[in-house]
Amino acid sequence: MTVIADSPDTPRAARRPQIGNPVLRWLRTNLFSSIPNGILSVVLLAVLAKGIFSFAQWGIANAVWLTPANDSSACRAARGVGACWAIIPEKYRFILFGTYPFDEQWRPALSVLLFIALFYLSTRRALWRRELVLLWIGALALISVLMWGGVFGLAFVSQDRWGGLPVTLILATFGLAFGFPLGILVALGRRSKLPAIRSLSVLYVELIRGVPLVSLLFMASVMFPLFMPAGFNIDKLLRAQIAIILFAGAYLAEVIRGGLQAVPRGQYEAADALGLSYWRKNRLIVLPQAIRHVIPPLVNTFIAFFKDTSLVLIIGIFDLLTTAKTAIIDPAWQQFSVEVYIFVAAIYFVFCFAMSRYSRGLEATSGR
Amino acid sequence: MTTDAPRPPPRRRLFGAWGRRELQGLFWQVLVVGIALAVIGFLWSNTVTNLSARRITTGFAFLGREAGMPIADSLFAYNPRDTYLWAFVVGVGNTLRVAVIGIVLATILGTLIGISRLSANWLLSRLAAVYVETLRDIPLLLQLLFWYVLMQALPAARAAWRPIEGVFLSNRGLILPAVPLGPLQLWVLGTAVLGFVVFYLVRRRLIAQQMRDGKPRPAWPFALALIVALPAMMSVLLGVSWKVEWPELRGFNFVGGLTLAPEYFALLIALVTYTSAFIAEIVRSGIQSVPRGQWDAANALGLRRSFMLRQIILPQALRVIVPPMTSQYLNLTKNSSLAVAIGYQDVVSIANTTLNQTGQAIEAIALIMAVFLTISLSISFFMNWYNARIALVER
Repeated sequence: MTVIADSPDTPRAARRPQIGNPVLRWLRTNLFSSIPNGILSVVLLAVLAKGIFSFAQWGIANAVWLTPANDSSACRAARGVGACWAIIPEKYRFILFGTYPFDEQWRPALSVLLFIALFYLSTRRALWRRELVLLWIGALALISVLMWGGVFGLAFVSQDRWGGLPVTLILATFGLAFGFPLGILVALGRRSKLPAIRSLSVLYVELIRGVPLVSLLFMASVMFPLFMPAGFNIDKLLRAQIAIILFAGAYLAEVIRGGLQAVPRGQYEAADALGLSYWRKNRLIVLPQAIRHVIPPLVNTFIAFFKDTSLVLIIGIFDLLTTAKTAIIDPAWQQFSVEVYIFVAAIYFVFCFAMSRYSRGLEATSGR
Repeated sequence: MTTDAPRPPPRRRLFGAWGRRELQGLFWQVLVVGIALAVIGFLWSNTVTNLSARRITTGFAFLGREAGMPIADSLFAYNPRDTYLWAFVVGVGNTLRVAVIGIVLATILGTLIGISRLSANWLLSRLAAVYVETLRDIPLLLQLLFWYVLMQALPAARAAWRPIEGVFLSNRGLILPAVPLGPLQLWVLGTAVLGFVVFYLVRRRLIAQQMRDGKPRPAWPFALALIVALPAMMSVLLGVSWKVEWPELRGFNFVGGLTLAPEYFALLIALVTYTSAFIAEIVRSGIQSVPRGQWDAANALGLRRSFMLRQIILPQALRVIVPPMTSQYLNLTKNSSLAVAIGYQDVVSIANTTLNQTGQAIEAIALIMAVFLTISLSISFFMNWYNARIALVER
């Protein structure tokens, strides 16, 4: 067992005399502070060096980076010794955009950039105003136009040809955009004084949170046609989107409820004393404070269901993970799934890591 | 003399003593409940019409029919001629098998990594941080597929890896030496569990007595007698054999020992590593929540490091750790349903097959919900009990 650092906020250097070479001093305090610690450091260094060395050998030194189009013979020759990164340039268009018409793929690419810009702007504190809602509506409308087309001379692309990264981003972002208002309503309902509304909200939240998302998605893909009048049916992607919105709504409601509980009682009473109606009280006084409290956990929830959108693979919707899995069905490239999974994992990682960094930054500054 | 001026009659309110607020409240409730009922009624009537059009009779009668689906790897004995009901029970067994073992392993691994993140050793804490960041930010399903691909890429049974004598790792899964458990062995193990429960009660009594008069009373003789000696005596009396069965390669497959199928093994690794990253963060923040003064005070008393951690730091950290840990356990259990993506037959996967075979969509989904709600409620119940036990008792 290792020794636990007493407290992270104690300046470590303060505990030791400040003499000698700074590098040696750093090594001494951080790696070789005691004999067991020193042994541990040496063992870890050895394991790490071995790991990095064999990964570099497989992933860089012996790897095949480029092959002539649709020819995997070089990769097959290096199989087991080196990675086949050549599969990425070969398949990246399919992995990123699925079966979207090849010549029109600038449209989903532009949509992805729009999504990233939208996320970036939403993180700017200076823009946290009512206009942000308009920005979201505008951006989502623009993305819909780009993806569907059919106007402004863009060819129409039906949504069963959509695929890859835009679908993942659409499922997550529309899930948030619709799940968030739903979550606010349910959170208010759960704290309402009216028993019927309260119990309906509790029932909804607990039912959704009690079952796995997989079963909700099954329900959306299998049971939805049963629920609807005969002859009426909607697209599979939209059904999955509805399931994700309902799922997100329940989880977001619990986060927002936490924020509502953190608003001091005096705020409610002051709003009542001003004679504000229930809706005006919540819209003007309570919710702005409540939501500010819970922005970091909201970002974490968003990360969680950004990752969870990958579950639509199970019902056969072409999101980023499904296109990756489909790309390696091609017999010539079948054996190189590890490389494709690493590529897709890197994409997911970049999005999630950026968001979690942002959420951590918010947590650090909100205390000041 | 004055006469009381006749008072004006009180203004009549439309609904007796009810004020505007109450009326508004009633209005909203009636409206919302009405809408909810209307939506449910609409969906219900559609469903009934659709089901009758497809000639599917609702109800759970189908559970008694022959299932006819193969289940490759199961905790309970099963063959395709068994009923749907038994197939469901087998599925629940498979879900619990991965969830319970996953929770135990994830807790151990997560705690180790959480403590490593706070290590004074820079390298160890960095490595732990990288582990947590990487695993948390990649979808579990992707990790699961990745592990499964790695499992399938393992050598065939004949060229299996042997990390330790008697342990084989191949594309047939992980094969371990095992002790075959018959009814006799289970009796002995049952005695050990009973002994443990009795020991727990005895120890509580001993501690209560020590609290009263301050005299320490060692508990270990009781532990030895109840947990070791009693089952050992049972074992000798019944003449139970505890011979270890070593797996052997015969032809193309292994005989004997305990086999963890590749699907199960991949699911277990994915769930344990993914959840342990979250548990590590919970443990880290729990330990950091213990004020520095507590460490200083324990140091000033000259307590040993292990005693200090066990008796001073951990009990306080646990109060912060237990509630979020509960939701991680629930998450792990729900995430085990991703098994369907790699073909491990848990309850969701079996319900899905049932649904495809019989068309009994509502019943199948209702059964999934019932199973998961039961598991969730049991975990919450247990963790709430544990939380109440360790909660701060204020004077």
